[in-house]
Amino acid sequence: MNDVKNTHPVYTIKDFNLWYGETQALKNISLEIPEKQVTAIIGPSGCGKSTFIKTLNRMVELIPSVKMEGSIHYKNEDIFKPNAKVESLRTEVGMVFQKPNPFPKSIYDNIAYGPRIHGIKDKKTLDEVVEKSLKGAALWEEVKDRLNENAFGLSGGQQQRLCIARAMAVEPEVILMDEPTSALDPLSTAKVEELIHELKNDYSIIIVTHNMQQAARISDKTAFFLNGEVIEFDATEKMYSNPHDKRTDDYISGKFG
Amino acid sequence: MEETVQHFKKRSPKRKQERFGKTISLVATIFIVSIVFSILFFVASRGLRTFTEHGVSAIDFFAGTAWRPGEVSDAGEPLVGAFPMIAGSFLVTIFSALLATPFALGAAIFMTEISPKTGKKYLQPVIELLVGIPSVVYGFIGLTVIVPFIRQIFGGTGFGVLAATLVLFVMILPTTTSMAVDTLNAVPRYYREASFAMGATRWQTIYKVVLRAASPGLLTAVIFGMARAFGEALAVQMVIGNAALVPDSLTTPASTLTSILTMNMGNTVLGTLENDVLWSLATILLFMSLFFNILTRWIGKKGAMK
Repeated sequence: MNDVKNTHPVYTIKDFNLWYGETQALKNISLEIPEKQVTAIIGPSGCGKSTFIKTLNRMVELIPSVKMEGSIHYKNEDIFKPNAKVESLRTEVGMVFQKPNPFPKSIYDNIAYGPRIHGIKDKKTLDEVVEKSLKGAALWEEVKDRLNENAFGLSGGQQQRLCIARAMAVEPEVILMDEPTSALDPLSTAKVEELIHELKNDYSIIIVTHNMQQAARISDKTAFFLNGEVIEFDATEKMYSNPHDKRTDDYISGKFG
Repeated sequence: MEETVQHFKKRSPKRKQERFGKTISLVATIFIVSIVFSILFFVASRGLRTFTEHGVSAIDFFAGTAWRPGEVSDAGEPLVGAFPMIAGSFLVTIFSALLATPFALGAAIFMTEISPKTGKKYLQPVIELLVGIPSVVYGFIGLTVIVPFIRQIFGGTGFGVLAATLVLFVMILPTTTSMAVDTLNAVPRYYREASFAMGATRWQTIYKVVLRAASPGLLTAVIFGMARAFGEALAVQMVIGNAALVPDSLTTPASTLTSILTMNMGNTVLGTLENDVLWSLATILLFMSLFFNILTRWIGKKGAMK
């Protein structure tokens, strides 16, 4: 495990194990995820990468039979400590899902949802947040004249960028992305990737992807998961040009997947 | 080539089977539709005789408050004002829906959002059981428990709109609840996930996302309950007191369209005004249930998430 240079870790994970009932999904994970960088999680289906990312904002606890062990610190705060409020963690750690999942509301209300649940009522402030978030997600120009239309009228790619904007509207520090482009066409994928590139100036981004080229294109660091274990975690360039582990090499070169 | 064409033109046994199946389902459909239409036609044609044969004016019928079929007023007009029953029917329907909706919603939210396990294991069977209890049993319980209870508290006979409302409340509660549960379960999980992921609490998620997304379905559930309340005859008849008076209090005897129908249908002679006017009441009932039906369909269409 290489240590992280020049940046503070936003997440420090130590000896983390997770079970679904009797099945162990994550085994002894220890990682330090750097701040204001893009960290990609790659690996074949069922390797635990989605479980891992959902653990970081404790969404995994929505599944009833989950058991966990070990520690995860978000900015030096234990996220599992008894008095930790899961809502405030999720406010700082936004999430974008595999399939675009806008609410059945207008574009405006989708973005304003987060600020509203956190108590912002002032119309002017909301207007500003909506505009800023949509601009941040490179969607403003496309939707500024139809903010009050239903979000389902947008294309899949636009919906996904809307979901990114929605996550940004609560001003998180981290954005977790769980295969955000797997349901999108190549053009929309390119747009989202471009957006991720810009976002890393302001956010720490952790992205799960099954697309190795995508990880290579957009990430600074990559973690390779296999059967619930972290096989290798390194700077993306290094990992792709000179992997330490044979299994990483095999996966990256497409021998299995 | 020619052979192949011939082969496909030939009727295979499979095609015969398919035609047979289609014919059967078509005949069944036509049969059902014609039954519905003949009932509508039969009831309406009987019901309209009050106005065509017996010359009762529509205003006297719908707005008249004196219901004494067989007697005539000083002016010689028959006393067949149906307003007391219409008012009674609407009152018990609206009150029982108002009372049942919050409970049904609360139970449905508990069963889907708060504690799905307990909901599935204990509440679901209970609710299914409640749906299956015959209405005469509800009426009997109302008669022996609710009516004396109201008599004790409010005085009077205990029969009336309040007793009917309470009985109907228990009767429509399971209907509305189980439909509301289905609706809430149909709200996609990813709406909830998106909300939780932004730091929303469970209550915020229920209130701002789940209930909103489910609102057309929930409205349909309420209207279904209302339709059941409006059409219920036996249980209501047993506790409402069956006095054809416009209810001026919740605890004095009143009546509904259904209760007057069940009370009198055996006691009139076919073709007389006394009989035909009952058919008029039946016509109102029929069209009201048609109206409820159309309303739920309309809401379903409008609310289907675009």
